Amino acid sequence: MTEETLNSSEEAVDEAALNEEASRELEEMVAAESASIEEAEAGDTGAYAIQNDAERIAVVESLIFVSEEPLSAKTIADVLKEDREVVQKSLQELQTEFNGRNGGLQLREVAGGWQFATRPEYHEHVRAFLKSRPSAKLSIASLETLAVIAYKQPVTVPEILEIRGVQSPSSIKTLLDKKLIVAKGRKETVGRPMMYGTSKEFLMQFGLKDLTELPSVEDFQDLAGGS
Amino acid sequence: MTDEITKGTTAQPATEESSSPIDVTGSSPEIVADDTTDDLKIVMGEFEGPLDLLLHLIRQEQVSIYDIPVARIADEYLRHLKAMQDMDIAVAGDFLVMAATLIELKTKMLLPRDPFAAPDEEDDPRKDLVDQLLEYQKYKAAAQMLWSRATVERAVFKRAEIETDKNNPEVTVGLFDLLKVFQDILARHKEEVQLEIEREEITMADMLERLRNMVLSSGELNLRVFFERARSRRELVVAFLSVLELVRTTEVRLIQRETFGDIIAQVASS
Repeated sequence: MTEETLNSSEEAVDEAALNEEASRELEEMVAAESASIEEAEAGDTGAYAIQNDAERIAVVESLIFVSEEPLSAKTIADVLKEDREVVQKSLQELQTEFNGRNGGLQLREVAGGWQFATRPEYHEHVRAFLKSRPSAKLSIASLETLAVIAYKQPVTVPEILEIRGVQSPSSIKTLLDKKLIVAKGRKETVGRPMMYGTSKEFLMQFGLKDLTELPSVEDFQDLAGGS
Repeated sequence: MTDEITKGTTAQPATEESSSPIDVTGSSPEIVADDTTDDLKIVMGEFEGPLDLLLHLIRQEQVSIYDIPVARIADEYLRHLKAMQDMDIAVAGDFLVMAATLIELKTKMLLPRDPFAAPDEEDDPRKDLVDQLLEYQKYKAAAQMLWSRATVERAVFKRAEIETDKNNPEVTVGLFDLLKVFQDILARHKEEVQLEIEREEITMADMLERLRNMVLSSGELNLRVFFERARSRRELVVAFLSVLELVRTTEVRLIQRETFGDIIAQVASS
């Protein structure tokens, strides 16, 4: 577009029209380009429609592989233009088949999506290769706070502190900084305190499919009551 | 304080290097040194709060949580606070509040019951405390569950990130980002009431020298800090120009660690 501008600088009226034309032309080129990319990647034209279950499973596998984030069944279904139930079935079959291999990788469901990950039993070797150290851990105070928030969300700071019997909200700040919790709006009560809940990051860091995967807190009462 | 060592948190991984001196108590697998904001955690060692200490004492004295011998537990509790103070550990206010509560309970328990009042369990002055302890105990157990989940999860590796702008902070700073920082500072300068004491003209050469020195001395320099040193509008303009100049001559490069974050000038590595 800069070139066009320079070339037509003598006539100001034409310049605007020319610029418009040029940007339209470029837009079309970009659109055509991205369309062909999409076509190649997702195969969403009639010619590339998935033929059978085996192929669908293979395609699903490849999509999960290239996705950086856990990939949801809905996203896969949208890309493949298939029913979500069909995709869900493929995912289940893929998981059974893949995990049945007992290899170094597992296909798992986390934070509402699907993801390939290494098996924990080989972590020492993986860590040695990556030259990585275990990431910073949470303090007991932070974990207790996180537990309260996970089970009582949405919950306000005073409510959290009361259950823990402490006065310092610093561990809440820590969790917020680590993006494990998020603000969930204000409670319509005196002072309109901010309410907090767990984030998607929380599900990822604790390897949870969703919040329902957390054991019931009443089970802990039985557990704790024994002592 | 020796009795504290007996408090057992089961899953202490033997291989983890202890990261803080507080680990002497031996049962705090989760103490992290980098979390300096949480003063309470550092000074208290393994007890995360008064409820935690109280639960520990109840377990240690092997008494029922539903029928706490208040006098005995209160004495134990105070003994622990005393021990902490003797060790020059600052006792947080939460612990003192609980001490007061326990003493109050102890007093109430000594008082004779109103003989005419109907015998009622709700009447037990310990009820609130017991409820609070039971509730806290649940979340303490839940925290342990989360801890073990996180431990397993840390051993699971996901595929590495694809190279993105986020991993390449260098490409994300444009001229407009730089201009934005400059405008922010300019706006702030306008707001501040300035006491003009003397007019000191700084030349471009001086400014270039100053910037060079500031960047070289520490390897990198937050441009916000640099701009904020400017004492006049004119000086600010010169400062801005000097940044552009050093970037042009590739003596420094500009990076931004996060979107909308501060812009950092770094010594350009050859």
